[in-house]
Amino acid sequence: MSDFMEQFAVLREQKRFQDVVNAIPYARLMGVELGEDETGELLFSLPFHERNVGNTVLPALHGGLIGGFLENAAMIHLIWNRESLEAPKIVDFSLDYLRSGRPKTLYARCEITKQGKRVAHVLIEAWQEDRSKPVAVARAHFLLTTTR
Amino acid sequence: MIATPVNPEVFEPMGQLFVSLPHCATLGFQYLGADGRKPVLKVDWRDDLVGNPATGVLHGGVITSLVDTTSAVAVTAQLERFETIATLDLRIDYLKSATPGKAIYCRAECYRLASQVAFTRAVCYHDDPDEPIAHGVATFMRGSSPLPMLPEEGA
Repeated sequence: MSDFMEQFAVLREQKRFQDVVNAIPYARLMGVELGEDETGELLFSLPFHERNVGNTVLPALHGGLIGGFLENAAMIHLIWNRESLEAPKIVDFSLDYLRSGRPKTLYARCEITKQGKRVAHVLIEAWQEDRSKPVAVARAHFLLTTTR
Repeated sequence: MIATPVNPEVFEPMGQLFVSLPHCATLGFQYLGADGRKPVLKVDWRDDLVGNPATGVLHGGVITSLVDTTSAVAVTAQLERFETIATLDLRIDYLKSATPGKAIYCRAECYRLASQVAFTRAVCYHDDPDEPIAHGVATFMRGSSPLPMLPEEGA
């Protein structure tokens, strides 16, 4: 277990959501914000920042940035909801873009579909103003242990 | 014979445009040129791009943006004329951990340009494309917007 994971456990215990995000440099650069929704599940949000644009004409958020936001959400969601403090390792990530990301806040929620001994499967959904109109959906596989 | 971009007058400005987009500039993407129709982009390791503070390994999201961008440039190597394209889907396989402190390169190719959809594959690596750290496949919708991406398009 790394210092980072020990620190994560402390922040989780104290529900210091934003400090969790800020411990991850690229999440901080994107401008990710973290809190809880009304059901007590983690809710990730990404307020609009000019630096996250990928099409200046529309304008639209960069597709890669949307991917990074969702992948980051999946990783934090998984660590947050696991007892083990071994850091999961991403194996693969698959992302479907459904609508362009407008210059507005982007939200994401995750669901752990399966958590086995060695592998976890996480579903991620992103939307803007209307939850029923997703901007992107994604899934990721994580390795949970370094030993076979 | 190595194939060259179908229309360099489309490929060169579009390649420059894609790396200069705000998010790509934020990440520090550099366009290094093309190996035939396969563009190569580079991102230097930077401490604000790290995803795992325990190891210093770059965030997977940086690789996702790099694959998406390089793959989009690869599509433009197959285009006769300017058009707007948008990523439809993307899958990244993380083959091994990136080495902290080292730049990451991405080389992509568009291996099929159909009338509405373009299909791409990409590898990310440090020193040798034959020892990839990540592999990405993507599809792009062609003509995704009537608005040109470049101001001078169609001029």
